[in-house]
Amino acid sequence: MIDVEEVIAGVHREEWARIVAALTRRFGDFDVAEEAAAEAFATAVERWRSDGVPPNPGAWLTMTAVRKAIDRIRRENTRDDRHREARMLYDTPPEPSHVIEDDRLRLIFTCCHPSLAMQTRVALTLRMVGGVTVAEIARAFLVQEAAMARRITRAKSKIKAAGIPYRVPSAEDFPRRLSGVLAVLYLMFNEGYLTGGEASDPVRLDLTGEAIRLTRLLHALLPDDGEVTGLLALMLLAEARGSARLSSDGELVTLDEQDRRAWDRGLIDEGQRLIRGRLFAAAEGTPPGRYQLLAAISAVHTSAADFADTDWSQILALYDRLSRIDASPIVALNRAVAVAEIDGAETALDLVDQLAGSLDDYHAYHATRADLLRRLGRPEPARSAYERAIALTGNSAEIAVLIRRRDQMLANEERP
Amino acid sequence: MRYLVSVIHDRDQPDDPSRRPAISAFNERLIEEGYWVFAGGLADTDAATVVDNRGEEPVFSDGPFLESKEYLAGVWLWDVPDLDVALRLAAEASEACDRKIEVRPFV
Repeated sequence: MIDVEEVIAGVHREEWARIVAALTRRFGDFDVAEEAAAEAFATAVERWRSDGVPPNPGAWLTMTAVRKAIDRIRRENTRDDRHREARMLYDTPPEPSHVIEDDRLRLIFTCCHPSLAMQTRVALTLRMVGGVTVAEIARAFLVQEAAMARRITRAKSKIKAAGIPYRVPSAEDFPRRLSGVLAVLYLMFNEGYLTGGEASDPVRLDLTGEAIRLTRLLHALLPDDGEVTGLLALMLLAEARGSARLSSDGELVTLDEQDRRAWDRGLIDEGQRLIRGRLFAAAEGTPPGRYQLLAAISAVHTSAADFADTDWSQILALYDRLSRIDASPIVALNRAVAVAEIDGAETALDLVDQLAGSLDDYHAYHATRADLLRRLGRPEPARSAYERAIALTGNSAEIAVLIRRRDQMLANEERP
Repeated sequence: MRYLVSVIHDRDQPDDPSRRPAISAFNERLIEEGYWVFAGGLADTDAATVVDNRGEEPVFSDGPFLESKEYLAGVWLWDVPDLDVALRLAAEASEACDRKIEVRPFV
């Protein structure tokens, strides 16, 4: 027997974005599209249970959603809406399928518009493209549901009132706007990845999983874009190590101490295949961007049988290229970690100390310094660096590992 | 769509007359491309008067309704297809004036 709930969950994953995107284009209104799509799925839950699953669930849902939208517009029935109704009833020629593909891209670009606040873009993308409920999004970001609902409603009104166009940006704007979309997806992923340590809430939305799903969709829509491929590879290679990142007692396990047998080989293979394909393409012309370089660094790490086996000179070479396109102090900090493995902790510490001005409020800066000072046998400055790092970290799993390292170091000191 | 495009001055950054040719060139392009509806520079906020006639008789107060370090120094009114066009032009405007720009739609 077919489990209707399961079928609906599957169709929801596959069809939600397509339905919302098509309705938004047809009715020119995010709110109408979202509500009608949600109502269509609610109707499906009722009907399919008694009448069975229709032969083409996607088409059934789209038709139902279109009817719901027309009903709503008729109900509201203002003069403007009557014009709109006339337009949607008579002026909608059937679209060839490649245009329908385009609709989801339009939806993604509109949700990630630079005139919306970053957190709003993430929430709106999860709701409109991902089909995640407002309640789930609210829980993922630890805010009240009503507050999240207001944020999403405000964003939808801004899109309408400010005249944010529903389209894929012009060629001139495309590269910058696409990197804006990638930033939204990467933030979504990191939000899930970094707070993963506190997964005390079992019903909490799997943000890393959602970010990967949406990046897969973007990759399917823009298969030739190197940075989209790079971001997907980067996420897969990070996700692959997810289960090895936390110890049984909730401590963050850093790369050097991870049990590599716990890594997900399937995800690693997929991520490495994607990034290798890109590096080939890059050899022929376009130099790889930020996400491709970060993914390549992850690919080197995940190729090593153990930490000592890591090809540090290749990692350093990749960080050198990355610093050329992204001169941020955070890149410089990560580069210094690779330097420590090649030229020793003393040289690395010199590099890290130069970043004091810009990274003094960043926990990873102090954590990196602390580890280097510990390796150099300088427990007093190491201790104060650990303490600064602990004070600046919000993540309990990270605090746990920092406290253990500090205490171990101090215990070794006291030994005669 | 019509947008009110405001040029925001900062009291810490004095007016720079050398910007004027760039602003004129930008204005000419706006007119040429059919986006220009209106533009005007404003006198200093010291010259503003706030009028409140919600009570029994009108009350006039000297100065702007909001005293702040940043203030409105001029406005454009543009008629453009959508926000993407408005933002692209606003980015050029900000560069030409060397000022922050606010883009706000009319209802």
